[in-house]
Amino acid sequence: MATVIVVTSGKGGVGKTTTSASFATGLAQRGYRTVVIDFDVGLRNLDLIMGCERRVVYDFVNIINGEANLNQALIRDKRVENLHILPASQTRDKEALTREGVERVLNELRQNFEYIVCDSPAGIERGALMALYFADEALVVTNPEVSSVRDSDRILGILASRSRRAEQGELPVKEHLVLARYAPERADRGDMLSVEDVLEILGIPLLGVIPESPTVLQSSNAGVPVILEDGSDAGAAYGDLVDRFLGKNLPHRFITTQKKGFLKRLFGGG
Amino acid sequence: MGLFESFFRASPNKSAVLAKERLQIIVAHERGSRRGSPDYLPALKKELLEVVRKYVPVDQSQIKVHLDREAGYEILELNITLPDEEPRSRRGSENLPGPGQA
Repeated sequence: MATVIVVTSGKGGVGKTTTSASFATGLAQRGYRTVVIDFDVGLRNLDLIMGCERRVVYDFVNIINGEANLNQALIRDKRVENLHILPASQTRDKEALTREGVERVLNELRQNFEYIVCDSPAGIERGALMALYFADEALVVTNPEVSSVRDSDRILGILASRSRRAEQGELPVKEHLVLARYAPERADRGDMLSVEDVLEILGIPLLGVIPESPTVLQSSNAGVPVILEDGSDAGAAYGDLVDRFLGKNLPHRFITTQKKGFLKRLFGGG
Repeated sequence: MGLFESFFRASPNKSAVLAKERLQIIVAHERGSRRGSPDYLPALKKELLEVVRKYVPVDQSQIKVHLDREAGYEILELNITLPDEEPRSRRGSENLPGPGQA
């Protein structure tokens, strides 16, 4: 039985696509047949983050419209076995994603994959609603910043009221918080909302904290999901996140600063 | 800022505290309007208005329904603004069957 997971946030630029790419890659690395779908019709970017932009021939909307079959559109990842990418269409027609069409494609994917990761566009328009509608679980990506937290809360409300599970009165979508771009030293200084602050406000279980890290930009420059970068703190945090999702009980790393000694506090400045 | 001050007062301007307070307020407000109103509140408002209209001529805009949630309980607040009436018409309405006569 396949599990559909939406990666969502409401706000743009918080790390949905970065998270989708690394999360799907991590699941595949651990042996699960995984497909990651870009729902951002008109603003396709997952292909670029995954480094397969030059291999896109057919896309999600082509399949919905019957212009191609799934095997023609799915891109097999060259680095990780078990991983496939379904790119979004660059059409400007936002009506292209129909609920029936999306459902048909998801049902076909369920036959061949264990995990279906849906990379949601920002906002609460059609693409975002389609991405979350069929979800069993949700990764809500949030930055420790007021507008992101507020938008995440709004998305939680939509998950609870407008997903298929909500409409059919089934068990609710299982929610997970992914706190990205976290800077522990700034939180310690009181300049940034802390992990505890965000948890207290949103009230959903924490799946992972991804530290603010230059390696995220570096890996996106290269088209490599950051989880594949050896020695990257953000990549290691995504690895832990995937293990936790699969049931491992791991402590959260990268959420505290190294404690400064008394003398360093006295003389070391800041 | 002197050495003394910077050592003993860890951080003078903790803007994160402000962020948290503001978020708690706005999120509670938005959750309230989101979860309170969608289902039965509009219907309740309409029916209440019909009942009130049997006795007093009030307008749709004269009735305010507000649902508040606190830990463990909910407060349904009804606010009906009765129009300024001539004493005569008020007396007239006393002929209608109503809870006052029961």
